[in-house]
This record gives sequence, structure tokens and C-alpha cells, in this order.
Amino acid sequence: MDTVILLTLTGLGLAALYFLVASGLSLVFGLADVLNFAHGLFLGFGAYATWWAAGNLPGAGSDGFGFVVAVAFGVAAGTLMAVLVELVLIRPLYSRTIEQVLVTVGLSLAGVALLQATWGADARPFPRPEWTRQVTTILGAQVPNGGLLLIVAAALVLGAILAFLRWTRYGLIIRAGVENREMVTALGIDVRKAFTLVFAIGGAAAALAGALGSVYFGTVSPQQGGSLLIFAFIVVVIGGMGSVVGSAYAAVAVGLLQQFVNYYGTSGLGDICVVALLAVVLLLRPQGIAGKVATA
Amino acid sequence: MTVEPVLTVEDLSVRIAGLHILQGVSFTVAPTGVTVLLGRNGVGKTTTLRAVVGLTPRNGEAGGTVRMGGQTLLSQPTHRLVRGGLGYVPEDRCVFAGLTVAENLRLAERRGSTPAYDRVFALFPELDRRARQRAGSLSGGQQQMLAIGRVLLNDNRLLLVDEPTKGLAPKVVTEVAEVLERVAEAVPVLLVEQNLAVVRRLARDAVVLAAGKVAWTGDAQELLRETELTRSLLGVGSAEVHH
Repeated sequence: MDTVILLTLTGLGLAALYFLVASGLSLVFGLADVLNFAHGLFLGFGAYATWWAAGNLPGAGSDGFGFVVAVAFGVAAGTLMAVLVELVLIRPLYSRTIEQVLVTVGLSLAGVALLQATWGADARPFPRPEWTRQVTTILGAQVPNGGLLLIVAAALVLGAILAFLRWTRYGLIIRAGVENREMVTALGIDVRKAFTLVFAIGGAAAALAGALGSVYFGTVSPQQGGSLLIFAFIVVVIGGMGSVVGSAYAAVAVGLLQQFVNYYGTSGLGDICVVALLAVVLLLRPQGIAGKVATA
Repeated sequence: MTVEPVLTVEDLSVRIAGLHILQGVSFTVAPTGVTVLLGRNGVGKTTTLRAVVGLTPRNGEAGGTVRMGGQTLLSQPTHRLVRGGLGYVPEDRCVFAGLTVAENLRLAERRGSTPAYDRVFALFPELDRRARQRAGSLSGGQQQMLAIGRVLLNDNRLLLVDEPTKGLAPKVVTEVAEVLERVAEAVPVLLVEQNLAVVRRLARDAVVLAAGKVAWTGDAQELLRETELTRSLLGVGSAEVHH
């Protein structure tokens, strides 16, 4: 029983990480039709910015409020980078899918190379609060606090995004734009501002995933974003392009499946099962769990 | 005294995916009443409306001149044209199915102007009653009311309305025609319509397109009286013309 609870909670921790990356990716694709292969770079950039801030930024540190400041700095850096990427590189290429893919793949490779050139290719220990190194006993299972932190953060982000989509004018524009972008412009709305906004939201969530994921794993490395991005794409497709709630459901399914199969089967079998799940969803429900709806 | 048209289209050409859909279309829209754009299927009526409102697809290009007042339209993005007073009701309604009726209307509100909910609900009380219902669950007629209601929320200088009666039951067609008749008392309308009974009821001027060009312009009622002319231009029988 302890094992099941432990696997469930660590699976949910993994799901939280996937959700933080996938939510922005899904909104960006749903609204702007941009398949952003550079999204993982926002994660890596956020993680390294947090790592740097914890050691160098006045007021920031590796524990207590200082760590909150470091994470806030990392999230701000990821958000800024996402906004710059949208404004400078993506905006001139809307509706030019091939060019977008080339640019975002190129940016992703260049970004990883830049991180390697600056801080080296090897993983570095990540400064993390003492509490996150400990475990909490839940129904007899010893659950790492880093995983619980991820679950709480993802739940808060999910709530915040849903509230934003439900209660704000820009949220309304995004929900409508995911359904029919052209009609939004035909109502007199400059939808490009919403594009920038979803990139900012996606960048912030990915950077938060980078910071808290590094806390969970205990290290930060330049390749971190790329490896998580693959599963985030799978989550987006299973959940339904443009659906935040769909991404949340899909992330939970993928995280739990991976964790349980890797434990009860052999290591690595979980990843194969995730790909099989993707294939089944594509065959039975190609639009994903929620279809193309920015659910609020 | 010459009446200045609200919209002037000169030598409008549109190519989409290599096909020359419009080949130098020129016409004007009077500042009052309904001007109807007629023609057989595929002649470029919808393409004309979409070009005017700046919605030519990315794989296409539009050339020529389109002016509303002193403003040149073709070079401007759609959202700016709409904010400038060009209301557009697309073919197939295009309401946001996942949003409620109230949210569909709220989306059409424009910054800096007071939305005319009174006007919309006076014409369509059903929209007020169904404010919380998802637009996707409305009937075709109700969705059309919502699509028209969205543009009436703001003051416009011209409305472009694309096949508003398409796929609707006869009773609903009559209701839509009544609404458009009332709307046209306040704002000029450029209407694409296949239903000649509706055209007979609403239209003052007509522009007939054939093979991407203007084949005829003039008084709409006169066109409908000329059975042979209507048949040759629109390919409809006399029963449909006189219905």
C-alpha cells in the first residue's frame, strides 16, 4: 500500500512538471498555431537564472524567502525570454509553419549550446531549501518534499490560468482565439497581443518548471528542457491542442503510467507505454481528451 | 446632387493559391439601404466581402483599391478596419461555440465606445434570455441572431453580411430578413444572398458577379423583374425569381 501511495504521489509530481511545461505549449499552439520547439529553452533558461540568482542576486539565496526571490527571478527571466522570442523571431513568421519549426528548433539547439558554453555541459548541483531535501510521511509512504512542492505549484498554476481564462478579457480573447482566430480579428481585436501574452504565460510556467524541477532532481543541466519537452508534447497531443484542463488530465495520466510501469515492469518500459498511450489516443480520439478548446 | 458612396471598390483582384478568383471587380455601395452582391456559386461573392474586410488568406493576395469614406482599406489589418466602423457577419455565422451568448457579445465590445446592448436585445430578446447558454447549443437561427447581434453592439458605417439565411428554416429566414430590413434603416448593408425572395424584400441596388468580374450593376428590383436577365446571370428559373 505504501508503495502504491508513493508511486502515485511521485507520479503526480512528475505529472506536475509535465503540466507546467505543457500548459503554455498547448495554449501557444491552440491560439497561434505555433509548434514551439524552443519551449524547453524557456525551462532551461528559467532553471539557470534561478540557480544563478540563488548564488549572486542580492536578497536571493538557497533557502527561505531568498529562494522565493531566486525562483521569482528565474520565472521573470523565462517570461522575458519567451516574450522576446515571440516578438523578434515568431511574429514575422506567423502562418509560415516550416520556417517556424526551423527557427524554433535552431533556437533550441543554439540555446542549449549557449548554456553549455557559459556553464559547462555537466549537470551542476542546484541550490535548494533544506525542506525540499526531506520527505513527508503520507499514509506510511515517505514522499520527497520536492515532489509535493511541484504538485502544489502546478495546482496553483492550473487554478491561476483557469481563473485568468475565465474572468479576464484577455482570457476571453484567448478562449475565442483558440476556436476561431480569424473571427476574433473580425470583431476588431488585435489578436497579436494575445499571442505575446500566451508566450509570456507559457514562458513563466516553463521557467517555474525549470526551477522546481531542478529542486526535485537536485541538479540543473543544459539538456533538461529538451528531455522534458518530448513528454510535454505528448501531453499536449493527448490533452487536446489548446486545452489547459486537457493538458492537466493528460499530464496526470502520463506521469502515473510512467511511474507505475517503470516500477512494476522494467525501467524504460514506462516511456514506451506513454508512446503507446499516445498512439491509442490518436487512433480513437485524434482531437485529444478535450479537443481544441481553451477550457475555462 | 451626387450621393457619395459609403464604399468604393475599384479594380479589385484576388488570387488564392494561384487561382485568379476576382479579376478587376469595381462597384460602389450606396450610403443607405441594402446593396446585394449576387452571382452563381463560386463566382467570388464571399471572396469580395473577405477582401474588403482584409481577410484574404495568407496564400492569396488582393490588389486594387477599396475605399470607405476617405480611408483606403486594403493595406490595413482587419481589426483596425472593424474598429473603424466596418461590421462583418461571416458566412456560416462563426459564433464561438464554446463561449456563452453573453461572452460572444462581450467579445465584440470595443474599447472607447459604449456597447449598445439595448439595441441588440430589442431586436433579439432571445439573446438576453439565453445569455448563459453556450453558443454551440443554439439553433442555426439563434446563432445567426447572435452573429448579427455582435456587429450591432457597436455603431458601424457599413455592414458586410454574408449569406445570413443560408441553411435556415423558412420561418427563420423571414425573421432574419425582417431584422436586416430594420438594421438597414440605420446603417448601409452590403449583402451576399442567394434567396431571391429575401433579395426582393431588402435590396435596392444589385451587383452581379460572373466568373470573377462584374456582369451587371443597377436597380435590384429591376433585375428581378427581368426574368430572362436574372436567369442568364444567376441561373435560376422564373418560379424562383417570382417567388
